[in-house]
Amino acid sequence: MLSDEEKKEIRAEQEMFPTNQAASIGAMLVLQKHRGWISDDTLADLADFLQLTVDELDSVATFYDKIFRKPVGDHIIRVCDSVSCWIMGYESLRDQLYQQLQIKFGETTPDHKFTLLPNVCLGDCDHAPVMMIDDRLYRNVTPEELVQILSDY
Amino acid sequence: MERPLTQDLHTDGTPLALDEYERTGGYQTLRKALLEMSPQDITNVVKQSGLAGRGGAAFPTGSKWSFVPMGPDAPRPKYLVANADEMEPGTFKDRLLLEYNPHQLIEGMILASYAIEASVSFVFLRWEYKVAGERIERAIAEAYQAGYLGKNILGSKFDLELHLHVSGGRYMAGEETGLLNALEGKRANPRSKPPFPQTSGLWGKPTIVNNVETLSNVPHIIDKGAAWFQGLSLTDEPGTKIFGVSGKVNHPGLWELPLGTPMQEIINEYAGGMRQGLTIRGVLPGGASTDFLTPENLNVPMDFKSVQKLGSRLGTGTMIVMDDKTCPVGMVLNLEHFFAQESCGWCTPCWAGTQYIERTLHAIENGEGQIEDLDRLEAHTWKLGPGNTYCAFAPGAVEPLQSALKYYRADFEEHIKQKHCPWR
Repeated sequence: MLSDEEKKEIRAEQEMFPTNQAASIGAMLVLQKHRGWISDDTLADLADFLQLTVDELDSVATFYDKIFRKPVGDHIIRVCDSVSCWIMGYESLRDQLYQQLQIKFGETTPDHKFTLLPNVCLGDCDHAPVMMIDDRLYRNVTPEELVQILSDY
Repeated sequence: MERPLTQDLHTDGTPLALDEYERTGGYQTLRKALLEMSPQDITNVVKQSGLAGRGGAAFPTGSKWSFVPMGPDAPRPKYLVANADEMEPGTFKDRLLLEYNPHQLIEGMILASYAIEASVSFVFLRWEYKVAGERIERAIAEAYQAGYLGKNILGSKFDLELHLHVSGGRYMAGEETGLLNALEGKRANPRSKPPFPQTSGLWGKPTIVNNVETLSNVPHIIDKGAAWFQGLSLTDEPGTKIFGVSGKVNHPGLWELPLGTPMQEIINEYAGGMRQGLTIRGVLPGGASTDFLTPENLNVPMDFKSVQKLGSRLGTGTMIVMDDKTCPVGMVLNLEHFFAQESCGWCTPCWAGTQYIERTLHAIENGEGQIEDLDRLEAHTWKLGPGNTYCAFAPGAVEPLQSALKYYRADFEEHIKQKHCPWR
C-alpha cells in the first residue's frame, strides 16, 4: 500500500507528463526516498497505482543506477571513480574506505549504517577526489579526513 | 574581456537571485523578444550568430531549431529540453551555470521555446547535482510568480510550462535520443535517426534538446546581436566557451574565455601550470571521449576546427591533463572501464566491444598482456568507429584508446614486457 504522502508526491510527477510511464522513474525515486529501496512489493503497489505492469517498471528500475532493487544501508557513500579523481588519488580514498568500513563496493556494513558504491564522474573535477554521502558532496577528500567525515553519521 | 555567461556571478557560492539577475538586464530581453520579435526572428538571430552546441557535438543551434515544423499545422505540443545531464567524465562546466545563474538558463529556455513554439519544457538534470536541483526548482517557482512562465507570458499570448526532471542515472541518459527515452520513462537506449527529434521527439512530437551552456548564451545573443557574439571570440567560431582544467595542475578550475584561446595559456596562466616536479604528457581536450593531444600541440587554439585538425575534438572544452608520473595505460583503463559500464547494451559492437577493451587493458595493466593484444585493441578502434553503432557512444569510447595506442605505444609494450605496471 502506498501512503497518502507517497501518493501525493507521485501525483506531482504524473502532472508533469502526458503518460504514467514517464512518471515512473520519478515515482520510484519518491518511493525510495520514503522506503530506502524498491522491493518486489513496492514495485507491485506502484504498478497498480500507475496502471503499468511490474515488468515495465522493473525494466526501468534495473537500468538506472540510482534506483535500488536491493536493500541498502541508512547512508549511501558514493565515491567518484572517473578519470580526474583517478588521477588525483581516488584509489587511496577507496582503499581507506574499504579498511575503515571493512566492506567493499556494492556492500553494506553489518550494522546497516553505510552502503559503499562507486559513482561515475560527479562533475566536480576541480575538487578531485570527491565523494557524496547521501545528498552531500565532499571535496578534495584526503584519506586522513575520512575518520572525521564518517563519524558525523 | 567580456564574459557574458559568468561576469555577474557571485564569488561567495550563492546563486544570482531573481532581482539581481533582473538588475543585470535579466528577463529584459525576454520582454523585448516576446513583444517585438517573431519566433522566426529569434531563430534567425541565433542562426546568424553562429552559436554551435556546447554539449560536445558543436551542431549549429539556429539550424537545429529551423528543422522544427512551424505554424498552425505543426504537430503539438512541441517540447524544449535543457540537457543538464552533465556526465562526461572530466566535465564540470554546466554545474557552474546551473548552480550560480539558474535564471539565465530559464530565460534562454523560454526564448528557445518561443522560437520553436514549444509549450512544454523540461530541465533534464542528473541526480547527483543536488545543489543545482534545489536552486533550479526555486528559480522556476520565482519565474512563474513573476509571470515569466505560465499562461500569456508578459501579455504576449505565449504560454510555456517548465518542469524539472531529476534523472535516475546512467551516462546514456545524456545522449540526445537516450534522453528522450529516459524522459518517457523507458530505458535510455538510443533511437535510430531519422526521424530526428526536431520532427519526432518526445511522444512523437517535435522536440529540441540543447545543452545548458548553449541555452545560457541565447538571452545575450538576442539582447546584443549576432555581430557582438562573433566579436567575442579570437577565431571565426563565435562566442566564449567555459573552459576547465583538471588533473595535477596548481589551480584546477573553470574560466569563461574567448573561443580560440590557446590551450597552453589556459593551462599555464589560468590553471597555474603543472604542480612542481611534473610535466605534461598528454591532454584530453574536452572530456573522456576525446583523443589525447601531446605536448607539442599545446599551442592549439581551443576552438572546434583547430582541435579537430589535430585529430581530436574540443568536446566539452574541459581539459584533463595527464602528467608524466601518471600511467597512460592505467588512465585509459579507467576511461574504458567507464565506457564498458555505461554502454546501454543496445547494440552489440558497443556492449561487447567496450567490455573486450576493458578486459584486455586490465590484463595489460596487470602484467598479463600479450603483444598481439595491441593489434586487437587497434582493430576495435575501427570496429567501434562511426557508422557501426546506433549512437556516438562507441565512437567516443575508442577516441582516447586510439590516440593512446598511437602516442604511448611504448608504455603499453613496457607493461607487456615487464609483466607489471612500471608505475606501481
